Amino acid sequence: MTRSANMIIKNGYVFDPLNDLDGEVMDLFIRDGRVVGDLRAGERRDAKVIDASGKTVMPGGVDSHAHVAGAKVNAGRLMRPEDHYRSVREKTRLTHSGSGYTIPSVYKQGYDYAAMGYTTVFEAAMPPLEARHTHEEMRATPILDMGAYLVLGNNWFIMRYLKEGEIEKAAAYAAWMLRTHKGYGIKCVNPAGVENWGWAKNVAGLDEPNIHFEVTPREVIRGLAEVNEMLGLPMSLHLHANNLGHPGNWETARDSLMIPSGLAPANRSEVDEPETKLDCRRRQTVYLAHAQFNAYGGTSWRDFCSGAPELARYLNQTEDVVIDSGSVPFGPATTMTGDGPAQHDLYVITGQKWSNTDVEMECGSGVLPFLYLKTSPVHSVQWAIGLEVLLLIDDPWKTIMTTDHPNGGVFTRYPDLIAWLMSKRARDETARECHKWAYDRSSLGGVDREISLYEVAVITRANPARTIGIAHRKGHLGPGADGDVTIYDLDPAGLDSNDPSSIRSAFGRPEYTVKDGRIVARRGEIVAVPEGRRFYTTPYVDEDQELEMMADVKEWFKYYTVGFANYPVPERYLKNPTPIAVNRPLEAVVRR
Amino acid sequence: MEATLTPRGRIGIMVEAEVISPDVFQGLGIGEIEELEVWQGPEKHPLAEFFDVEVRAEGSGETRIVIEGDVSRVKRIGQSMKSGSIEVHGSAGMHTGTGMSGGEITVEGDVGSWAGMEMSGGLLTVLGDAGDHVGSAYRGSWQGMTNGRIVIDGNAKSQLGGGITGGEIIVGGDVENFCAIRQSGGTIVVRGSAVRGAGAEMSGGTLAVEGKVEQISPGFLPAGQEENPKLADVELIGRFERLTGDYAAFKNPKGSLLLKEV
Repeated sequence: MTRSANMIIKNGYVFDPLNDLDGEVMDLFIRDGRVVGDLRAGERRDAKVIDASGKTVMPGGVDSHAHVAGAKVNAGRLMRPEDHYRSVREKTRLTHSGSGYTIPSVYKQGYDYAAMGYTTVFEAAMPPLEARHTHEEMRATPILDMGAYLVLGNNWFIMRYLKEGEIEKAAAYAAWMLRTHKGYGIKCVNPAGVENWGWAKNVAGLDEPNIHFEVTPREVIRGLAEVNEMLGLPMSLHLHANNLGHPGNWETARDSLMIPSGLAPANRSEVDEPETKLDCRRRQTVYLAHAQFNAYGGTSWRDFCSGAPELARYLNQTEDVVIDSGSVPFGPATTMTGDGPAQHDLYVITGQKWSNTDVEMECGSGVLPFLYLKTSPVHSVQWAIGLEVLLLIDDPWKTIMTTDHPNGGVFTRYPDLIAWLMSKRARDETARECHKWAYDRSSLGGVDREISLYEVAVITRANPARTIGIAHRKGHLGPGADGDVTIYDLDPAGLDSNDPSSIRSAFGRPEYTVKDGRIVARRGEIVAVPEGRRFYTTPYVDEDQELEMMADVKEWFKYYTVGFANYPVPERYLKNPTPIAVNRPLEAVVRR
Repeated sequence: MEATLTPRGRIGIMVEAEVISPDVFQGLGIGEIEELEVWQGPEKHPLAEFFDVEVRAEGSGETRIVIEGDVSRVKRIGQSMKSGSIEVHGSAGMHTGTGMSGGEITVEGDVGSWAGMEMSGGLLTVLGDAGDHVGSAYRGSWQGMTNGRIVIDGNAKSQLGGGITGGEIIVGGDVENFCAIRQSGGTIVVRGSAVRGAGAEMSGGTLAVEGKVEQISPGFLPAGQEENPKLADVELIGRFERLTGDYAAFKNPKGSLLLKEV
């Protein structure tokens, strides 16, 4: 950063849930890009002062689950020229040009997030072999701080170690992989099922052993969750459950979420502890991705209905689960996931153009354009479910608002989601416009809850940051936090939930987005383009375990199409690499 | 109001002139029209750099633009226009009338590719030949022209009417490959001949070819003969064989291919 970034944000209504601030009117101080309790007189004189009187102030937005970098995102761009030619951003003196609506180019994506008040975005699925590509795209994404979760749920080494009961070696392998590929946490997509997709099959239940490896989804989920806590990673296991996108799958989701229960959450990352009022370390041992796609009732598309009430009932009873919503705001989307067979099912239903990839010994993926229509009965129920999962789970600290961008919809539609969550009237208006199944086949019509600005701050910054273990610097505004602040032109005193359009426009175009103490966006216009950080974890494991594990890796590496030396991602691939040390020797837990 | 644009000379790199549209010109003075910006490669230039502009303000009615000369290196004339008319006394470049929803464009010479792409209304008349993708969908999209009318007096090249869902395209001469590919509605009439792939992946609408189809798509099944079959606004004279398809792409397709018996 070229100049010291001192700033005073005066008189705003501050919503900072991790510090228990619910709209207190106060001043915020930022010194050299970090939040501090106060500034010295000399620093005050040259500080940039923003008058936030009558405005809503929150920490910079944190998106903990979006598909924003890597091979499948780019495959989406390549197969969808029609997504680009109508959605164009002209270059300015400061910014690059860009294009794309559901799968914007990296520049446009960075600007669009920043203009909407988000400063931190995590890529939800990085296949190890595509890690270089993923880092290249993150490197080119302006402004945002980023990281990426490593996909390990169908990895041959992991499955073999779990089959053989070698959990320590599985942990050593996961640790080595995170360091090697500069990954942030462990993502598990359709565990044991994607491997079967190599034979045009899937797994039917949590206890069905897959082909060749003969491990079950249950064993993979339990194994990876144990590995995650043995390593003490900042984020818990991030699970894309089996049976995704199928009627009646809420039971699979619930049963999957029960598998890690009993484990103790252990975030042993070595970071400067901030002085937050609430504990900024995670409570959960499993973080369910895009719950909407896994909260379906019924037995077929004919008797399809919401399964969200049942799933929410389980969430309300347990403390060790967090979900993100994967909500559906209607309109164009591009579905992309490591769940190859789920994408094939979508292809069979829609006949759309479809891309499918097998990632050697690691995973798979599929991409397919999609349009959610208000006239469609099923899509209307999906819209309802995406809001139910956020409204029926009582504790907002168990939920995160996403669209699983660009699967359920585009991230630029977040303001619409907020309006629906804050306003029953907004929901009723949309329900009248869409197919009657929306209210007939869900419980949404009977839900009166309207979430507060405080809860908005929980589900869009504080909780995503805490869930993925980055809340020591993101998602709050206490001393020590990064100086990432969003100021919305919304007066909490005059907030009217019957006026959803003003909520929508305030959240769509913040007055200011501040990143590291500098204004990066002002009323939708990008005014500075700093380079973001790349977070990754470097977990320590016992050296002997690591040596034995490496011998296995080298032996099996002959099946890869790449040479061993070309497999790792060198640190020079990353802009502002920010490793987080985890599980260092003193506290290393070595189970023998 | 009537504006006349006279090309000032040969144009090198093609010019992107979506500003040449009655909706844009409406209510503007000559100076403002001259200052309208067009892209040429990476640079922006005023329209006056490429055209001499004359404006006659009399007449209250709709805006009319007359282009006196060859503009085959000017793209996007009349793009997205909603009303008024454009007359080109010469040939026009690519994307003429792309996305137009109303009004009329008449080109006395030829047009480049993508003429009337994804148009939803209005009339586009070409007295000469047309390039590829007339009235079709943009690359990657499956929905082409949805309404309106395109008349080509000469020949057109490949993928005419790709993804058309409504409206009419009438070609006086011949077309090349994959005419009406992925057609799901609307009407296409070709007075001349087609090469191969006519109606491929068709699921609805009608394609009539009065000349010869060099290679009929294999997914079409015979559905009887008809004398002077009736199409919306078009007269077909003679005995036609009706085929239904494309069964190669769909289980229950409703596409009609009418072939004149020779």
